[in-house]
Amino acid sequence: MDRRQFFKLCACGATTSAIAALGLMPGDAMAAPREYKLLKAKETRNNCCYCSVGCGLLMYSHNSNGKNAENHIFHIEGDADNPVNRGALCPKGAGLVDYVNSPNRNKYPEVREPGTNEWKRISWNEAYARIARHMKDDRDANLIEKNEDGTTVNRWLTAGMMTSSAQPNEGGFITHKFARSLGLVAIDTIARN
Amino acid sequence: MTNHWIDIKNANLVVIMGGNAAEAHPVGFGWVSEAMQNNNAKLVVVDPRFTRSAALADHYAPLRSGTDIAFLLGVIRYMIETKQVNYDYVKAYTNASFIVREDFEFNDGLFSGYDEKSGSYDKESWYYELDEQGYAKVDPSYEHPRCVWNLLKHHVERYDFETVSNITGTPVDDYEQVCKMIASTHTHDKVATFMYALGWTHHSKGAQNIRTMAMVQLLLGNIGVLGGGVNALRGHSNVQGATDMGLLCQNLPGYLKLPNDQDVDLQTYLTNYTPTPLRPGQTNYWQNYPKFFVSQMKSFWGDYATASNNWGYDWLPKWDLQYDYARHIDMMYHGKVNGYFVQGVNAINSQPNRNKVLKALTNLKYLVVMDPLATETATFWQNAGDFNDVNPADIQTEVFRLPTTLFAEEEGCIVNSGRWMQWHWKGANPPGESLPDAEILTGLMHTIKDLYAKEGGKLPEPIEAINWNYSNPKHPHCHDVAKELNGIDLTTGRQLDSFTQLKDDGTTACGCWIYSGSWTEAGNQMARRDNTDPSGKGITPGWAFAWPANRRVLYNRASCDVNGKPWDPKRTIVEWKNGKWQGIDVGDFNMKLNPQESAHPFIMQPEGMGRFFALKMLAEGPFPEHYEPVESPIGTNPLHPKVVRNPAVRILPGIEETLGTHQEFPYVCTTYSVTEHFNYWSTHCRLAAISMPETFVELDEVLSADKGINNGDWVRISSKRGSILIKALVTKRLQPLKVNGQWVHTVGLPRHGSHNALTRKSYTCNVLTTEVGDANTQVPEYKAFLVNIEKAEGM
Repeated sequence: MDRRQFFKLCACGATTSAIAALGLMPGDAMAAPREYKLLKAKETRNNCCYCSVGCGLLMYSHNSNGKNAENHIFHIEGDADNPVNRGALCPKGAGLVDYVNSPNRNKYPEVREPGTNEWKRISWNEAYARIARHMKDDRDANLIEKNEDGTTVNRWLTAGMMTSSAQPNEGGFITHKFARSLGLVAIDTIARN
Repeated sequence: MTNHWIDIKNANLVVIMGGNAAEAHPVGFGWVSEAMQNNNAKLVVVDPRFTRSAALADHYAPLRSGTDIAFLLGVIRYMIETKQVNYDYVKAYTNASFIVREDFEFNDGLFSGYDEKSGSYDKESWYYELDEQGYAKVDPSYEHPRCVWNLLKHHVERYDFETVSNITGTPVDDYEQVCKMIASTHTHDKVATFMYALGWTHHSKGAQNIRTMAMVQLLLGNIGVLGGGVNALRGHSNVQGATDMGLLCQNLPGYLKLPNDQDVDLQTYLTNYTPTPLRPGQTNYWQNYPKFFVSQMKSFWGDYATASNNWGYDWLPKWDLQYDYARHIDMMYHGKVNGYFVQGVNAINSQPNRNKVLKALTNLKYLVVMDPLATETATFWQNAGDFNDVNPADIQTEVFRLPTTLFAEEEGCIVNSGRWMQWHWKGANPPGESLPDAEILTGLMHTIKDLYAKEGGKLPEPIEAINWNYSNPKHPHCHDVAKELNGIDLTTGRQLDSFTQLKDDGTTACGCWIYSGSWTEAGNQMARRDNTDPSGKGITPGWAFAWPANRRVLYNRASCDVNGKPWDPKRTIVEWKNGKWQGIDVGDFNMKLNPQESAHPFIMQPEGMGRFFALKMLAEGPFPEHYEPVESPIGTNPLHPKVVRNPAVRILPGIEETLGTHQEFPYVCTTYSVTEHFNYWSTHCRLAAISMPETFVELDEVLSADKGINNGDWVRISSKRGSILIKALVTKRLQPLKVNGQWVHTVGLPRHGSHNALTRKSYTCNVLTTEVGDANTQVPEYKAFLVNIEKAEGM
């Protein structure tokens, strides 16, 4: 027995004797009660995805401990150490776990073919290949290399992009490089509304 | 925000106008409560509705939506007339003494230089008079008739209590009370903060709403001080970051400019955006523009950016028009767009004039929707009865729906309203095959690169050059990108400490100069989690990183007088003591300069001063002026009947016909959020859908009685653009206002209605709204448009 196991044993002993003292000890021997979920949960720091107060979150996830088992987020609460929210969350933030686990999450790349009335699941590779084909054909046909005065302008106006204001900065920068290297001018964010 | 959320606790007066923090930013509003409880602060709320913020206010004043400028110019008139102005501050740190050109004029609602045909201004005369050296002329005695102070005084003279009340509908008593409370903070020991949100931006003169408030704050000496400032409560969790990343049609990251057709080459471009000082001895920080730009091009194009190809300047697209969302949707509507990406936005619900957006999307050849949720945008081709009355067989758009991760499933930095760059960590894998947006775009980028390498094509150079040189180019890790944003010394390979190290010779690369310092050789500064607040003033320098330079209060040089002595010793941020600068925050100036040399706190301006006169910065004038909403409930402008609406507003061809008149559509409609819902996201969350299961329209009791509408009745609301069926909520929160001799009724419409979520099927408010927007930003006028109402049969 090492030091840590010794302390653990002592702590258990103290709890069981206290429970026994209160007269709560069952007469018959029973299996140990299930441990509190939060005790074994993994705690991850994050920030609320809704408004821009930037409230700190603690997200709790667990899994079955099996090999290849996925972590699953089952509880989200305010981060009491975050100075801006000091542990508080608003009604939206307090319900965030329902956003993560919404039944309306998209799960797979899909396509809706022209004129049809259904989604069809496709692979990422097929999605990339088909979208890239559309983009290249359009860009090759419609990129404006020079304006009427002969100035190099290299703009592509027949495609555009409404960009996200929820993804992290790093995604935002990748989005910017993606768009401008292709010649897109018509990019916008929800910042406008 | 010039300041930040916690700093609100230092205020003596909080003014919430153009926002509703208690419901839309509830936890941020906690700092207002803190100020009221522990700093004896007062709260003033000015809003068309008696909101929950209003319910907690010491004083509430109603106003008609779209009349904030008249309201605030009247406050300015009152302060000047009653001499409740912080004259020390105004003299030291504003352009009040600057002399304006002789040809500048304002007559009957129009400034000099207006061209009726194009609906825009030639702004030549909106400038200072310059001396032989190119410096602005000033008159410290304020006697010159054309010094900014005298022009301002003259400009606001018209806005007396009765005139303001006649326009805004605010009763004179209420108005006078608000004027008094705001003006009371002109002393050095009292500070007011203004909190605003979309209630100010969603107007055809949104930028001027905010500017008028900034002028009030300058007059009061409330900018750059603890508990003061100009505080935008931004909507989305990382809309600040998205803006910093330049995800707008005319921007590059870090508020650099995407070049336009006039910037014919690199030298012209740099000359156009690198200002020369307008007064002697200025910091004029934008003089560093070439360093920021060249370093950014090095991060864009890597080794492909060289001095001989002007750092890849020609590869950047140039704009000839402002291709914002509204214009691009209009182009789509007219069949001029083939492909569109919608990333993390439920565009068809969120954007104005839904019927037009629907038609526009059906004109696309392909649409790519990247979203964690199944939005109505991705399914615009699906019939949903009256909510989306289409025939899928008629719609030839190929639609791709790509599943993305959400916040809990990814790592990275988001920026809050107070410019805090907070790092967050991944808690679990996403469902199914969802991927982060950055990975999806990387997958596409590589596929496109391969196609160009294989097939050739038009202008392949930028596609080949764009720098994806991350540790794993197929899966760029956010650490790599965050380091790229901070910037690197290409000679030594070391992370930069700050943007002061940037160079314009190609030896530094930096994605976004204002983020420099966020990931240095000392590691990820955004991940810091020391919440100590040594001063007790809410500055937590060890928590995350605030851009720029970990500075928590912008313009903080203005918290001291010219000699470096704090105006209010209880609010010391920085001070000149024992021959050097010291303080609780990073100084927003060159701290190696002595007080007199650094006495120009607005260092991004070439004259270093806060501007009452905005020069050529805004589309509709260097001073704000009251213009009616594009759809006005009174059909005239009591100040100048010939110029009713914002004369510089953009009306695309065909749009005038989509605007209604007050005869046909007599009621003002304003849209807003309820506390239970975040637009069209939380409608997919069970708990939120239970707590607020449907949408409704708020009607005042007088209007409801006139129309025979009871609480819970179905009503039809129509605008010139469309109509929706919705349930009525009869309320005392809205009251008719007497405006220009008539009663004006306002109806309120929450904007969370959707037909494909967990809430009850309902219409989006944007069937009704107009795409006409602010003359500068093109933000649609969601807050003040005209509708009609009638009782209806239910669904």
